[in-house]
Amino acid sequence: MARIDLVDLAHSYGGNDAPEDSFALKPVTMTWRRGGAYALLGPSGCGKTTLLNLISGIVTPSRGKILFDGTDITAQSTQKRNIAQVFQFPVIYDTMTVGQNLAFPLKNRGIAKAAIDARVKEIAALLDLTPYLSRKAQRLTADAKQKISLGRGLVRSDVAAVLFDEPLTVIDPELKWQLRSKLKALHRDLDLTMIYVTHDQTEALTFADTVVVMHDGRVVQSGTPAELFDRPAHTFVGYFIGSPGMNIVPAEVKGRQARIDGHTIALERSYDRLPAGAKIEVGVRPEFVELAPPAPNLLSANIERIDDLGRVRFARVRVGDTRFAAKVPAGLSVPGNSAGLVFDPSRVHVYADSLLVEGEA
Amino acid sequence: MDKTVNQKAWFLVLPVFLVVAFSAILPLMTVVNYSMQDTFGNNQFFWNGVGWFKELLDPSSDLGERFFASLWRNLFFSGVILAIEVPLGIVVALSMPRQGWTVAACLVTLALPLLIPWNVVGTIWQIFGRPDIGLLGYTLNHIGIDYNYVSNDFDAWATVIVMDVWHWTSLVALLCYAGLKSIPEAYYQAAQIDGASRWAVFTAIQLPKMKRVLLIAVLLRFMDSFMIYTEPFVVTGGGPGNSTTFISIELVKIALGQFDLGKAAALSLVYNLIIIIVCWIFYTVMTNAGADRKPGKETA
Repeated sequence: MARIDLVDLAHSYGGNDAPEDSFALKPVTMTWRRGGAYALLGPSGCGKTTLLNLISGIVTPSRGKILFDGTDITAQSTQKRNIAQVFQFPVIYDTMTVGQNLAFPLKNRGIAKAAIDARVKEIAALLDLTPYLSRKAQRLTADAKQKISLGRGLVRSDVAAVLFDEPLTVIDPELKWQLRSKLKALHRDLDLTMIYVTHDQTEALTFADTVVVMHDGRVVQSGTPAELFDRPAHTFVGYFIGSPGMNIVPAEVKGRQARIDGHTIALERSYDRLPAGAKIEVGVRPEFVELAPPAPNLLSANIERIDDLGRVRFARVRVGDTRFAAKVPAGLSVPGNSAGLVFDPSRVHVYADSLLVEGEA
Repeated sequence: MDKTVNQKAWFLVLPVFLVVAFSAILPLMTVVNYSMQDTFGNNQFFWNGVGWFKELLDPSSDLGERFFASLWRNLFFSGVILAIEVPLGIVVALSMPRQGWTVAACLVTLALPLLIPWNVVGTIWQIFGRPDIGLLGYTLNHIGIDYNYVSNDFDAWATVIVMDVWHWTSLVALLCYAGLKSIPEAYYQAAQIDGASRWAVFTAIQLPKMKRVLLIAVLLRFMDSFMIYTEPFVVTGGGPGNSTTFISIELVKIALGQFDLGKAAALSLVYNLIIIIVCWIFYTVMTNAGADRKPGKETA
């Protein structure tokens, strides 16, 4: 287990001379503390797998350094790096039994047989693989195979970190939930640093203490699930996390007021020093906007449809040209298509060029 | 609902049936017919029952002796070329590039020997190995190795074997390469993460994944080498003496050289039977290897 520091790390598959805009991973400096459970969240192609492969050494970075506990390991090969990684699709060694599969990473490192057996038993028990230990791995189901892959990732106790690259893609939804809880429990039991790549926000938010959101090759925010929900640092985070995502509307902001579509709403904080010429937007989660009967003092909206999610109803509305989602209070029925929107001022954030702006009290 | 009964569809099968009958069944039956009779000049035939088969399988008779000698020669030849071509093909496939323009260059180069007609391959090596004008033969003799495939048994065998390796290793290599290409990159990455050595990657990933194509390669190469005729016939003509006379060469000698149609027919039926049995064994092995992949089918 180790602390992992990334210093100005960047990677381009097109070589170092390619323009920075085309980099798969734009320069990032960050620290992964020892023993943490991290999720790397982002849509496909945002660079999260690249970042993972850089840490494990499968890909050599175009720029920057990677430090494990302060030691620069950027130039080291994957084998020497002491890192474990689990891939999206199960990788098993066909000719070996389940037990031999689990023992493989230890055997390759010349660990004593007794120690290997003990550790394999322990991991097999944690993953419910004990009954299969002497079976040929080739004949098992995809779920069991992926469990073996997970087991091979977890079997070494001395690794700097265990990296998971969307490991539950091939697993049935029901079992997915179980395995995810299992991983979370394993994280507590084995005390390993874990980095979990996924594009599924539920997976990320349930697994990790810290969620790192990536967008277009950049790390846009890193924080607890609550932080990501309450204070998205980037409009992308607001939009990507939460279902439905955050409403982002162009607005004119002056002091404690924002003008949207010719209507003024109140803000909790004051924004006097917004950068000039920046694209100003207001962001508010659908959970904090309520639908109300139309009234002159409310922002007016046209209802397009209402989604009933069982526990809660969300209205899909249109404000001017912008689509908007808002909570429908229980018992409210709106005649016709037009309605008003009530904002919770403490939950309305202001963004300049997509980045969160801190207001003054 | 009533279905209309219409047997006219059988007519659609008729052309195929006729073609198969004239091209396979009737000739085969003629061979069976010959194998039971003795022929004399002027197209006279005499019933001989299973006499030729008895003689063929009796090593003390002249026919039996020739049959078994050529059978062992043939099996030895197949064994030797398999023992060389399979490992060599794997090594070639492993050392081929995975991407870039060199892949195409390698594939084309490897495919070249496969495209050359068999009698041309024979002719190439026949000339290549001649001590007077052949590059190989002349060079070997010039540096002090006494090499002459016309007079020396060992040299004749070496020439025939090297020729077959030259001609057919490409096939094994191409099949193995296809097998290697089908291994997802994640396997190699996982092996790196697991700290596997080059040898461990080969035995744990590459060899198991190549198992099926290797079986096909072994089957194809065995069949082809067991039926080999043209190349050794062109190079050595089965000599010196009988030392490179394989079954097919023996068969042609009996059928066309001596015009012993009965003996030749019996021999070709047995030859055919051996090939079918070997095919069946390989087929069974391959389907079982495939069945291994299905979960739940337990064989302890």
